[in-house]
Amino acid sequence: MQGKILSKYFPVFVLPTLLAFTIVFLIPFIAGVYLSFTSFTTVTDASFVGLQNYKAVFSDSEFGYSFLFTFLFAVVSVITVNLIAFGLALLLTGKIKGTNFFRTVFFMPNLIGGIVLGYIWQLIINGILLRYGYSITSNEGFGFLGLVALMNWQMIGYMMIIYIAGIQNIPTQLLEAAKVDGASYPTLLGKIIIPSVMPSITICLFLTITNSFKLFDQNLALTAGAPAGKTRMLALDIYETFYGRVGYEGIGQAKAVIFFLLVALISLLQLYITSKKEHEA
Amino acid sequence: MEKQNKFLNALFFVLLCAFAVVFLFPVAIVLINSFKTKFNISTSPFSLPLGETFAGIENYITGIKATGLPTAFFWSLFVTVLSVGAILLFTSMTAWYIVRVKGVFNKIFYYLLLFSMIVPFQMVMFTMSKAANLLRLDNPLGLVVIYLGFGAGLSTFMFVGFIKSIPLSIEEAATIDGCSPLQTFFLVVLPLLKPTAITIAILDTMWIWNDYLLPYLTVGHDYKTIPIAVQYLKGGYGSVDMGAMMAMLMLSIVPVVFFYLFCQKYIIKGVASGAVKG
Repeated sequence: MQGKILSKYFPVFVLPTLLAFTIVFLIPFIAGVYLSFTSFTTVTDASFVGLQNYKAVFSDSEFGYSFLFTFLFAVVSVITVNLIAFGLALLLTGKIKGTNFFRTVFFMPNLIGGIVLGYIWQLIINGILLRYGYSITSNEGFGFLGLVALMNWQMIGYMMIIYIAGIQNIPTQLLEAAKVDGASYPTLLGKIIIPSVMPSITICLFLTITNSFKLFDQNLALTAGAPAGKTRMLALDIYETFYGRVGYEGIGQAKAVIFFLLVALISLLQLYITSKKEHEA
Repeated sequence: MEKQNKFLNALFFVLLCAFAVVFLFPVAIVLINSFKTKFNISTSPFSLPLGETFAGIENYITGIKATGLPTAFFWSLFVTVLSVGAILLFTSMTAWYIVRVKGVFNKIFYYLLLFSMIVPFQMVMFTMSKAANLLRLDNPLGLVVIYLGFGAGLSTFMFVGFIKSIPLSIEEAATIDGCSPLQTFFLVVLPLLKPTAITIAILDTMWIWNDYLLPYLTVGHDYKTIPIAVQYLKGGYGSVDMGAMMAMLMLSIVPVVFFYLFCQKYIIKGVASGAVKG
């Protein structure tokens, strides 16, 4: 009964969201997929070229380089961010004074926008490198380390919050019982704490992976790809293919589709693992 | 055993303090440098602004003049507040409708919304900005429509999850008492959604306030938000005025820190529950 009366109210309840969603996401998405098979500069002048754009992408060494650079960045960031965040979460769930203060401080950088973060770290890293006569753009290794440092500074607090929530959900009786039985801390950590926070670990791993792959603002502000595109990550490479060169729009769109498939694959993998874990539990 | 624990705790405390210093250091450096003369920033970023290198508030004045930061602050606030408001209002209504009215169309729409959550912005960036341009959405109010479209996925998903746990009998009682669907929604359902609404508001505020590329591509020519204003200082040719840059970085951090300190409890809770669901 409820539903029948309500169903007449479709224009009020659904239409605004549906319209906005269709205009800014659905149509652009479908158009984006179509345009990746065409050659165009202004959308209206698109001519079908089949798989030509995709062939161009796969023979484009810059895209491959950006992929490798992004992949390497993701691996290093995921490991460092999660290890440090988990360690801090363990410390902050123990009996230590001032846990609220520390939590506040560690989470704070997460609220600062990517562009601003990029310039903050550019100053710091250039300040250190200056003593040795370098700058962040003189070598791609510096840019890489800068991006990793920035990512750690930004993401550690966020992941720490999720780990803290996970650790606090462990029943205290479980931990107390293990302590009474004489379990040492490493056993406690390996046999109880880590298995109990597996859902948090899955979430954090995937959050850091997707955030690493999609990183754009920070990359643009910190190095803008310098030197010579050697620190250009995937999102920035796509952006520059679209807006940096004329006549490459179709190739840019093909890169965007590949990028989408890659990110979607990671997300679906996460969904699969999470739902499998929930069935087991 | 007790003594050993006390020693360990003291050690951990020192370790945490060291970490806190590392975390606060970058912001402190920006603050210090924002008071230095512009030529002394790149040459000695870690020294204090003393004597000749002290610039007073000169950097803040030149920076504000060059970027128009107060106007940018206004547009950032305008777009963020209206967009978050629009997302909360329209997607909560949509979510309720989707849960309560069964139908193939609703199901398809819901799955499309979920799908949009895994699509990176770069996929639709070019076509969306063309569409926005064509439909005259390339202004601050149009930006609100754009954010409603992009924010709909996550917030509808979170509202749907919560609404499913609300017993139908409450709403039926309201209908029997003579409430129209609109009255039932605004008087009975909406107040129950408050915890989820706060989480969504926090997540979307952080996203929209800091977003750079979307507003840059759609309204960037005529209206600058804070991230666009900061990036604008770098853009163009010639050398960057590092003094103005530091002052502008500082001014864009301050409102965020205040917002954080006042709503800390909600932010941390919101982020934790948002991550578990999303």
